[in-house]
Amino acid sequence: MKTVLAIENVHKFFKVGFIPKKKEILKGVSFAVAESEIFGYLGPNGAGKTTTLKCILGLIFPDRGKIEIFGQPHLEPRAKERLGFLPENPYFYDYLTAREFLDFYAQLFRVKKNEREDRVASLLNLVGMGRARDLQLRKFSRGMLQRIGLAQALVNEPSLVLLDEPLGGLDPLGRKEIRDIIIRLKAEGKTVFLCSHILQDIEMICDRVAIIVDGKILSQGPLTDLISEKILFTEITLSGLAAKDLAGLGESLSAHGGRTLIKVFHEEKIQEILDLVKNRNAKIHSLIPRTQTLEDLFVEVVKSQ
Amino acid sequence: MTIKVIALNTFKEAVRDRILYLLLFFAALSILVSRILALLTVGDRAKIIKDVGLASISFFGALMAILIGTGLVYKEIEKRTIFTLISKPMRRHEFLLGKFFGLVLTLLVMLALMSVIFLALVFFHTFSVEWKMLLAILYIFIEVILITAVAILFSSFSTPILSSLFSLCFYLIGHFSWSLETLIKKIPAGIFKVLAQIVYTILPDLENFNFKTEVVHGLTIPPQVLLYSAAYGFLYTVFILSLAILVFRRRDFI
Repeated sequence: MKTVLAIENVHKFFKVGFIPKKKEILKGVSFAVAESEIFGYLGPNGAGKTTTLKCILGLIFPDRGKIEIFGQPHLEPRAKERLGFLPENPYFYDYLTAREFLDFYAQLFRVKKNEREDRVASLLNLVGMGRARDLQLRKFSRGMLQRIGLAQALVNEPSLVLLDEPLGGLDPLGRKEIRDIIIRLKAEGKTVFLCSHILQDIEMICDRVAIIVDGKILSQGPLTDLISEKILFTEITLSGLAAKDLAGLGESLSAHGGRTLIKVFHEEKIQEILDLVKNRNAKIHSLIPRTQTLEDLFVEVVKSQ
Repeated sequence: MTIKVIALNTFKEAVRDRILYLLLFFAALSILVSRILALLTVGDRAKIIKDVGLASISFFGALMAILIGTGLVYKEIEKRTIFTLISKPMRRHEFLLGKFFGLVLTLLVMLALMSVIFLALVFFHTFSVEWKMLLAILYIFIEVILITAVAILFSSFSTPILSSLFSLCFYLIGHFSWSLETLIKKIPAGIFKVLAQIVYTILPDLENFNFKTEVVHGLTIPPQVLLYSAAYGFLYTVFILSLAILVFRRRDFI
């Protein structure tokens, strides 16, 4: 698989405070993003996600390390030709209308005039903003800005799209739409690099993830490798059994309205409970096996730090 | 090409900014007030109108350059719009030059508007279109271009309020530094004369662009003086812009 984005041992210091003191934000970050994958870049607030992204884009200069986009040094304009970027909480020229705004960005990529009109129109439709095309951006809501920001990131039909918290500020429906667009990008053969702390979304769409904590990558790899498929425990909701009957079978979590929720760790105990329910004419309302989630892994990694 | 796209967008940004029209309104008011001043004077009224009118164009042109120029780059960084721009295939100096030329274009349009008002007012007094006024205005434009470069230089590393203050100082110093030249002639040779000479060389001399008196009084200006002033303006602008690019090139946008 071809590597489209390679980051090697990147260090970044910032000077902070009145009497400048050096603070290391990135402590030797390395990872590689392969072609046509959705790569999730996770980490708690202040871990260095956005700093990494800014280094890639040439907004800040790493003090040490190497960054290559499509095999070229990352500051080369040619490397940025096929790059799309959506910043976190995007702010744009609020005096432009949606159409003017996308047209401006298309011009920066030297898209021809007749081609620009079609592309801008189809992008506006893609992100569901066709009706707001002649509205000035100052009148946009946050979710609308997020959508127009995504359209802006796709204006040059990029091969690599970098998205910083693309689902922030969106309602559940909007989140689903943007998620669908991201999946569609992958289907079109594009590579997506996604920074987020909404783990559920990442889990749903990412192929590989890297977890950064305090400027260091603590874990990275395919999602399926990182998260074990093993069942951690099973949650059973039942009614018709007294608490004392269930003693020793599992951890009782709550009991109200005649229903008891218990957490069972061993498979043989589940069978025992099912037998008990059958014998006593009790009732099972739900039985949910829980595997490890990205959130569990994330909490585990961050806590181990 | 990239510079042109950014320049045109900057022009769009500036002409959609209300502050520009406020300044234009006051400039027009100031030019028209010269008519009232002329009524109060004994002697050649048309001269007063020309004098005050040209001074207004010069002052408000500089004010527009400073007030809009100092916000241009800073706003991009503050509002983080620069994030999406720099991540496009462009070099940083293209961004800065685009901003510069965009503002120069805006100021050209504004000076043209002020000139039309001014020439119309003069026409009502002398019943002739005084084209030679345009020579003075051309040099006002050269001065305004230089001030734009200065405003952008300060704006690339400082807040708008501080940048405005610095640029205003540049403007004021530039218009008074000629007195140093007089001083140099008066003081005896020695260390102070050399020192004064050095300071005068470094400081801008914006009076080089002031041909108001000559134009109003119909004096002839030797072509080499015109040429020298134009070259001075060009080189000083290039120097300031290079400095701005140097500052801007290695800056981290946090």
